[in-house]
Amino acid sequence: MDAEAAKLIGAGLAAIGAGMAALGVGNVFGSFLESALRNPSAADGQQGRLFIGFAAAELLGLLAFVVSMILIFVA
Amino acid sequence: MHQFAIEPLFGTDHLAIGGYNIAFTNSALWMVATVVVLWIFMLGGMKRELVPGRWQAAVETMTGFISNLLTANVGPEGKRYVPYVFSLFMFILLANLLGLLPLGLVGLHPFTFTSHFTATGVLAIMSFAIVLIVGFYKHKLHFFSLFVPHGTPVPMIPFIFLIELVSFMVRPFSLGLRLFVAMTAGHVLLKVLAGFVINSTNAGAGFGLTVGLSSFALMIGISALEMLVAVIQAYVFALLTSLYINDAVNLH
Repeated sequence: MDAEAAKLIGAGLAAIGAGMAALGVGNVFGSFLESALRNPSAADGQQGRLFIGFAAAELLGLLAFVVSMILIFVA
Repeated sequence: MHQFAIEPLFGTDHLAIGGYNIAFTNSALWMVATVVVLWIFMLGGMKRELVPGRWQAAVETMTGFISNLLTANVGPEGKRYVPYVFSLFMFILLANLLGLLPLGLVGLHPFTFTSHFTATGVLAIMSFAIVLIVGFYKHKLHFFSLFVPHGTPVPMIPFIFLIELVSFMVRPFSLGLRLFVAMTAGHVLLKVLAGFVINSTNAGAGFGLTVGLSSFALMIGISALEMLVAVIQAYVFALLTSLYINDAVNLH
């Protein structure tokens, strides 16, 4: 396979990671809402943890974006 | 892409100290603009009136927000770090928001310096340095017990220590990378959609009305999302900094 083509295919495969991170972030907020509606009085105290979970899940999607950018423009 | 290009301004291309170029770039100009906006914001609100006006209430909301964040995450000792975390939060927030201003309409091109790893990396290193300095000053070599969680079985200690050490050392990278990539990705996305609008309109009225208009509608939505991301990323940076400070102040 041509090296240039392999790079672009690799970048496209790395984009799967961004979609997976979307699942993760959706799961974080979805689970939070689900339990927040069960016990709304406890929800406000957990907002910090919500955003920690969001940051951790999002970082992996952003890493996938970095990998694909590096494959396209740097490698 | 042109919006991420760093250019020296005002003929300072070859300004150097000890062989290092210190040209005043557009990145530096927007850092100055951010600091000036933050300064005006604080100056208008620090009147210490008993009944706060609108502006003072806005400033007090922001300081109160960060102060609550630190008290919740670090405890009573967190009050000491309010000035640092507040400056960090406001600086990143204003930088993100100023970079989104549609000033291109009047020929002035905004530059988001938080979309460069050099800028966010330095902010992350500052947070990490504070954690190291506070941790080693307060706990001396006992700080290393941070890497061995309470109740670890003895045979597991070397492995756990290694894993915790690695996860500790990647913190500045993940902290800086998150902000930088989130801002870059948002601006690239807007740029791609804007390219759709322009190219489809150039290809003919039919394409312009179908592809162009729908892309433009999407751009409006994404712009709103980008403002949300700008605020969330600034908040996440401040939140993670306060968590790391908590590790240094209270160990586990």
